[in-house]
Amino acid sequence: MLEVHELTVRFGGITALDGVGFSVQHGEMVGLIGPNGAGKTTLFNCLTRRYDADGGTVRYEGGNLLAVPPHAIAALGIARTFQNLGLFPRMSVRDNVLVGAHHRGEAGFLRAGLGLPRVRAEERRLRAEADRVLERLGLAEVAGHLAAGLPFGTLKRVELARALVGRPKLLLLDEPVNGLNSAEVEEFAGTLRAIRDEFDVTVVVVEHHMGFVMGICERIVCLDFGRKIAEGPPAEVQRDPGVIAAYLGTSA
Amino acid sequence: MSGSTEVTSKAASAETPGRGRAPGRAATVRWRWIVAALLLAAACYAPFQLVPFHVFQLSMVLVYAVALLGLNLLVGHAGQISLGHGAFFAVGAYTAAILLQRVELPYPLTLPVAAAVAFVLGLALGLPAMRLRGLYLALVTLAIAIFLVPLLKRFEPLTGGSMGLTLAKPAPPAWTGLAEDQWLYFLALAVAVAAFLLAHSLLRSRVGRALHAIRDNEAAAEVMGVRLSFYKTLAFAWSAMFAGAAGCVYTWVIGFVSPDSFVVTLSITLLAGLVVGGLGSFSGPILGGLFVMFVPGIAQDVNDAAPGVIFGLLIIAVMYVAPTGLAGLAGRVTRSIQKILRKE
Repeated sequence: MLEVHELTVRFGGITALDGVGFSVQHGEMVGLIGPNGAGKTTLFNCLTRRYDADGGTVRYEGGNLLAVPPHAIAALGIARTFQNLGLFPRMSVRDNVLVGAHHRGEAGFLRAGLGLPRVRAEERRLRAEADRVLERLGLAEVAGHLAAGLPFGTLKRVELARALVGRPKLLLLDEPVNGLNSAEVEEFAGTLRAIRDEFDVTVVVVEHHMGFVMGICERIVCLDFGRKIAEGPPAEVQRDPGVIAAYLGTSA
Repeated sequence: MSGSTEVTSKAASAETPGRGRAPGRAATVRWRWIVAALLLAAACYAPFQLVPFHVFQLSMVLVYAVALLGLNLLVGHAGQISLGHGAFFAVGAYTAAILLQRVELPYPLTLPVAAAVAFVLGLALGLPAMRLRGLYLALVTLAIAIFLVPLLKRFEPLTGGSMGLTLAKPAPPAWTGLAEDQWLYFLALAVAVAAFLLAHSLLRSRVGRALHAIRDNEAAAEVMGVRLSFYKTLAFAWSAMFAGAAGCVYTWVIGFVSPDSFVVTLSITLLAGLVVGGLGSFSGPILGGLFVMFVPGIAQDVNDAAPGVIFGLLIIAVMYVAPTGLAGLAGRVTRSIQKILRKE
């Protein structure tokens, strides 16, 4: 469903991604690992069209993803979460989640302003769906609360809910368990597994928490300094000398 | 607007933890409608109790409230800035005046035309302006306001030049039995109520959420599929449209337009009024309208020599006491009263 080929991104003199290539099959859960600055988030930003690629191609469901404008990514079924939370702090949790369903609505300024029956029906439908996702992720209690001021772990779930309500086919998670304690990590892994089946979603997850990534993903891609240094099943990648060297450094 | 709903509904649910959120929210919403209905009833009663000059002043408060409602859409909800909204207000006022004077259009028809002209102008100016941010956007919108006055003086055959245009005010239909000032007041009230309902349902919709999302986090909003340039430009145009409608009612109520009524200070005063009233809140535009109408006059009364200084000091005082504006202050007072009541 996703094919990344020879993807290159440069910022001034720095090459953040250097000819990276990998592919993701429908229904897979792929882990993207690598030390800080390896280019993982840059890759996500390329996939959501926040950054322009300097070279290479990205094909998504047969189409050229790099030709799609940033605001149209969501409608293609690609949703993401952010490393340091990309929530809307002055909106309620429910409204945050509803923004995730933005591309599924149609009401424009005039029709929304006049509150036409069709707009109301659409609003009711999306609200009901948002409430179902909130309920599913155990967020019903905080739905009316402003996003600002809630615990970090809760906000991570809000982000996931916001991504899911858009009915994505491809879910990009940027460090979803960063900052969670071990019990929360355990719980999140279970939730994510269940959600993948319930929502029939393909997942690419960037994460430093090795226990989590290795436990949940079927395949791992490891980046270092913008290059792919390993790819394969978790057990294999864990033993890869290049990966070990990248994480622990080598005794020269 | 949604902010205050959520905060109050949060307070309501804190009282009844196990019962879920829906009842608390519904109760809050009902309360808000009751308060709005009471205010409206008071607003309908007021012109029969006041002297004509005070009725006129209240009409002007409503006019400014409509303009601020538009500005609030842009500044409070979409998080953009405009230092030039007085220009759209003026465009609405002049459109109405020219239509009444030169074309002799019946006055009710001037409202949609004035609103449409301001909308199109807002759209045309918003397209380039909304690609800018922060201070650059502030400067460009300020330039619009500065540009307008000499322009109005230029086209004398149409605009009446520096002398402006004097018009007959809309006369009350005989069946109403109302005096002129009362009739004008009810016209202003009707426009204000319609504008508030329009803005209310707009902001509670997908569009309102998109605007809030842009205000809070542009990058994330775009990932969610919100087309930034589209929403920002249309927010600007809609905001201009409200200002244009307000300008039209201004012409009805005052019966006179001249370039000197729409100098740059008007734009600044509007923005100040909105911030003092409460950015992004539902009652902010009304409180701001009161501010814009009465505070410059009060400043003049306090010290005839330096009204500007007093005006500035009053703004500073309000912002010091109520950093979220008067609407925020009202909310805080209500909550502390609720707290006291709950203890007893």
